[in-house]
Amino acid sequence: MTQLPAHTEKKLGLVIDLDTCVGCHACVVSCKGWNTENYGAALSDQNAYGKDPSGTFLNRVHSYEVQPDQGAAQTIHFPKSCLHCEDAPCVTVCPTGASYKRVEDGIVLVNESDCIGCGLCAWACPYGARELDQAEGVMKKCTLCVDRIYNENLPEEDRQPACVRTCPAGARHFGDLGDETSDVSKLVKERGGFDLMPEQGTKPVNKYLPPRPKDEQIDILAPLLEPVAAEPKGFLGWLDKTLEKL
Amino acid sequence: MHPAPSIIFFTVFSGLGFGMLMFLGLGKPDVSGFTAFVFFAIAYILAVGGLISSTFHLGNPKRALKAFSQWKTSWLSREGCLAVLTLTVMAVYGAALVFWNVRIGILGLLGAALSLLTVIGTSMIYTQIKTVPRWHHWTTPLIFVGYAVTGGAMLTNQLYLAIPLLMIIGLLQIAAWVIGDKRFAEEGSTIETATGLGRIGKVRMFEAPHSSKNYLMKEMVHVIGRKHASKLRIVGSLLLSLLPLILLLVVGASHLTVLLAMLLHIAGALTTRWLFFAEAEHTVGLYYGQR
Repeated sequence: MTQLPAHTEKKLGLVIDLDTCVGCHACVVSCKGWNTENYGAALSDQNAYGKDPSGTFLNRVHSYEVQPDQGAAQTIHFPKSCLHCEDAPCVTVCPTGASYKRVEDGIVLVNESDCIGCGLCAWACPYGARELDQAEGVMKKCTLCVDRIYNENLPEEDRQPACVRTCPAGARHFGDLGDETSDVSKLVKERGGFDLMPEQGTKPVNKYLPPRPKDEQIDILAPLLEPVAAEPKGFLGWLDKTLEKL
Repeated sequence: MHPAPSIIFFTVFSGLGFGMLMFLGLGKPDVSGFTAFVFFAIAYILAVGGLISSTFHLGNPKRALKAFSQWKTSWLSREGCLAVLTLTVMAVYGAALVFWNVRIGILGLLGAALSLLTVIGTSMIYTQIKTVPRWHHWTTPLIFVGYAVTGGAMLTNQLYLAIPLLMIIGLLQIAAWVIGDKRFAEEGSTIETATGLGRIGKVRMFEAPHSSKNYLMKEMVHVIGRKHASKLRIVGSLLLSLLPLILLLVVGASHLTVLLAMLLHIAGALTTRWLFFAEAEHTVGLYYGQR
């Protein structure tokens, strides 16, 4: 049913650290790999080796430049996937009941055998977290690797989303954000984790950790160096003055 | 948003069909027998044709029947249910008129009310989408109903109503454009709130996550079509309202001018509906540094 549950027992989600993400896209690749080989319709590509390649991805890494009022600009890599919102607008608009939010852990999923591919849920999502697979005609989205996290056939350390497991920078964390004592909740509290587009009222479960403030002075030896002469002397000084007069 | 022809035809023609059914249900014009058959046939071709056109937009149309199940939360589902209910009620009412020359007034009234609700249902599919601020506004149901009633009045030859309605829909459409242009800024989503990086400074797209367009950009960041938007607004409002009015008021109402005015109005409705989609900006564009 596309009615949202009033309460979910857990709020499983991701915490993404914008300070440590290096923008390597390993999470994008591992996500595509796992979700193409396992649960549901494969994530297809169109014209993969042609002029205008495109394909379905559940996770994408954007890069932004942020210019503070003072000081140098920063580059921030920004991975984005489904935020498993508490008030998920994508679920309630679904005409067939294919989209749903699980009561037991809050994961938002699509039952592909019920999906008619109308695309309305992708329209309703402010974040662009859902993509209609062009080969299968069904809506694809992050499942939080529901087929990994509870999978007892996998070694325990692998029972987390593929993107989290693969991140070489440790920029992605997985856990229960409904439990205040969980590691992810503590991390969010410590680092001041925030929601994306809170004004949309979606109450995302996934949180983003802000980049830490940059050091004001990068080179500790710099102050010890002699200042370089601002005024040219000798021949160059004479040339400068003469050219100035012309 | 991508102005898919299937959805433009769906909203325009089903709106016209249900607009016609509204008037037929109210007994305007008071027809029976073969004349009633012609009127009902046109209304059903428009309404059903429009609804069928909407299924061309689906990835898996073979499962379309499942879309009637979630009327509790989904406006798309509600619209489907309302459309089927309306068409059923009006089929009984129409059959009585065509075959037995009997007008079951109460059934017609119910059918007219349901027709109106169906058009409102169609409009709510778009109005409910908070991520597209231009649509998420009371002007959306108003213009959808306005188009349906105006087109319905013209198609059922209710000229005393069609003339003022043509004026109203023209003004209403212009008002919707003027209000709509401010909507995105009003809702307050920016690249800074989308990334949450506004706390540091001004945000700019540095590098896209992919080298060519994906589903999201094709479907929701339709920038190319907006190039001629202001010209199309002028062409659209002329076709929609002003030219049909000139024909009916200055040249005078005859079979030929009414038919011509109707065709111009429909061409105008298709143009402005194209703009309704092409000009609609989705918040996901912010992540791509676009609108």
